[in-house]
Amino acid sequence: MGSVDSRSLALVGRLDSVPRLGRTGSHVTAWCDSGRVTETPTALTDALASTGYLADEGLATAAWLAMRLRRPLFLEGDAGVGKTSLAAALAEVTGSWLVRLQCYEGLDSTQALYDWDFPRQLLHVRAIEAAATVGGERVDAGELEESLYDRRFLVARPLLQALEHDPSVLLVDEIDRADDEFEAFLLEVLSESAITVPELGRITAARPPLVVLTSNRTREVHDALKRRCLYHWVEHPSYEREVAILRARLPEVTARLAEDVARVTRRLRELDLLKPPGVAEAIDWAGALHALGARELHPDLAAASLGAVLKYREDGDRVREHTLAALLAED
Amino acid sequence: MTLGSPDRDATEVLLGFARVLRHAGVDASPERVQTMLEAVGELRVTSASDVYWAGRVTLCAEPDDLPTYDEAFATYFGADLAPGDSAIRQAAPRRETHLFGVDGDLADGDESEVDETTTASSVEVLRHRDVAHLSPAERAELRRLVALLQPFAPDRVSRRNRPSHRGRVDVPRTVRRLLRSGGEVGTLGRHTHRRKPRRLVLLVDVSGSMRPYSDALLRFAHVAVRLRPATTEVFTVGTRLTRITRELRQRDPDEALAAGSRAIPDWSGGTRLGEAFKAFLDRWGQRGTARQAVVAVFSDGWERGDADLLGEQMHRLSRLARRVVWVNPHKGKEGFAPLTAGMVAALPYVDELVAGHSLAALEQVVAALGRR
Repeated sequence: MGSVDSRSLALVGRLDSVPRLGRTGSHVTAWCDSGRVTETPTALTDALASTGYLADEGLATAAWLAMRLRRPLFLEGDAGVGKTSLAAALAEVTGSWLVRLQCYEGLDSTQALYDWDFPRQLLHVRAIEAAATVGGERVDAGELEESLYDRRFLVARPLLQALEHDPSVLLVDEIDRADDEFEAFLLEVLSESAITVPELGRITAARPPLVVLTSNRTREVHDALKRRCLYHWVEHPSYEREVAILRARLPEVTARLAEDVARVTRRLRELDLLKPPGVAEAIDWAGALHALGARELHPDLAAASLGAVLKYREDGDRVREHTLAALLAED
Repeated sequence: MTLGSPDRDATEVLLGFARVLRHAGVDASPERVQTMLEAVGELRVTSASDVYWAGRVTLCAEPDDLPTYDEAFATYFGADLAPGDSAIRQAAPRRETHLFGVDGDLADGDESEVDETTTASSVEVLRHRDVAHLSPAERAELRRLVALLQPFAPDRVSRRNRPSHRGRVDVPRTVRRLLRSGGEVGTLGRHTHRRKPRRLVLLVDVSGSMRPYSDALLRFAHVAVRLRPATTEVFTVGTRLTRITRELRQRDPDEALAAGSRAIPDWSGGTRLGEAFKAFLDRWGQRGTARQAVVAVFSDGWERGDADLLGEQMHRLSRLARRVVWVNPHKGKEGFAPLTAGMVAALPYVDELVAGHSLAALEQVVAALGRR
């Protein structure tokens, strides 16, 4: 939580000229002018692929539209399908600063937006008093107070960081875990792309950040928030895509091992487990097997490394009932 | 670049599609449709899949919308409709409210027979009558009384704070006071945790054997949702799981129940509690809906499926939920013993078993839900 440079700070006293979300005029410029990346969804797919993120057509189109229409992208899907890592990949391809806001119940503006650095302010008061005592000059109370609420005493939290950086990608992770109060507050910040600090004035983003929200559906997110977003349900990848993802993420793993892991992971997803393994687990598993020196998947190795892919005792039991050999069998 | 907006004909085709979606039950509001038009314009459509994705990311809002969307898309664009063709109307058959419970309902004009000045003693008699054996007039009276119940779960401690005279020191507030007073230590500001309503989840069995009680129980669920719309969830279980929370949020009980009944595909079918519970836990419960919640199951425990599966799922539920209350309408009857296979499998994981066959019993349910 360092302080952020204030180069891109635009302090606006008036409430005009704020680009409102979803009000696209005819003079619209895309979220990111970095050229070829946002030309077509296909170009974005290729750019993401070069960072090791292999998106399917739907996801790439959704992300591309989010950039072009300047809408937040609202992603849902099983755990481990790559919702969070998409934000990181988008930041990488657009050369943006990635800001992550992990939500939890009770999250409030002092943790999400900004906070004053009280200890430093107090020190500042004491230091000026001390200097005045030594120098014998009179301290002007008004000036002193003015100097207390300077930008350097403001600690930027994720939302403010995203507004102050240009360009930036803001990842609001697991929005469903925050409470209604926070949702209403977030809606306000997103639709204005600006915040008002009472003691300091209004801080407006030079260019609204690209916003990616993820949710695990533990509760219904308010419709007002969803209405402003583009919605996409992220699916598990196809077998071919998953092999490609494993190969891209773990170049050191043999092709044979990647295929074995992708095949078995797919079968595990069909087994009706408490927690079906996602792509993240498949990557962990392939990495673990590789660390164990595997070049292909043997039943004994699979049994030894099952903890990388199954996270519940009941799931492990169920898979052992099924006998790993059957799972490992070739198609 | 120009802000591509699809030309007029294309726009009409897309608006027609949005209308079809609305009739099929997807909330394609004008605002969303506007976004879809923008998206299609941006994509400078080259293929059907562009239209498909542009529509899907803008018009859908949850996974349940996706199958509907796919079907509507195939029907509308696959059937080669000429632009401007009228939308396919899929008006759902409007069910009457008296579909629940016993047939021959308010609809037969018994309203006039209800004595508006119901005396206290007759209410007292009605309170203990079994819902299954009421005359239409008595049922109408019962509905009025059910609407007065206040079922809600006890509060829980929230992570948010509120100012208070006791509790932990609120450092930011204290320091702000210090700054105002130029660094002189005055009184300490304190704060303590706020309280928030705990989540309440109702799982209502709508299979054939529960038919006489469905109306009263769904009305009870409606009252609960109206009381705490943000923290109450209602699902019906039968042969499958259906979430009817949204439908029950409407103010008018009859409208809400009609909407709910339209959403339930498995009225009066068999019972597969184990499978339905598993679907609930997989899709909702484990992700958070049941975590630290008060869960009430309204069922007689007639399980046609595998009772072991039901036991396993109840065990899972009991590990997630704060309390599990089982409401069995037969419990209030003479000689009841919870011996159906489903009941026996579930009982080890139930914190409280209460009856739900009469108004008085429903009052006990309210008390059971409110216990800490």
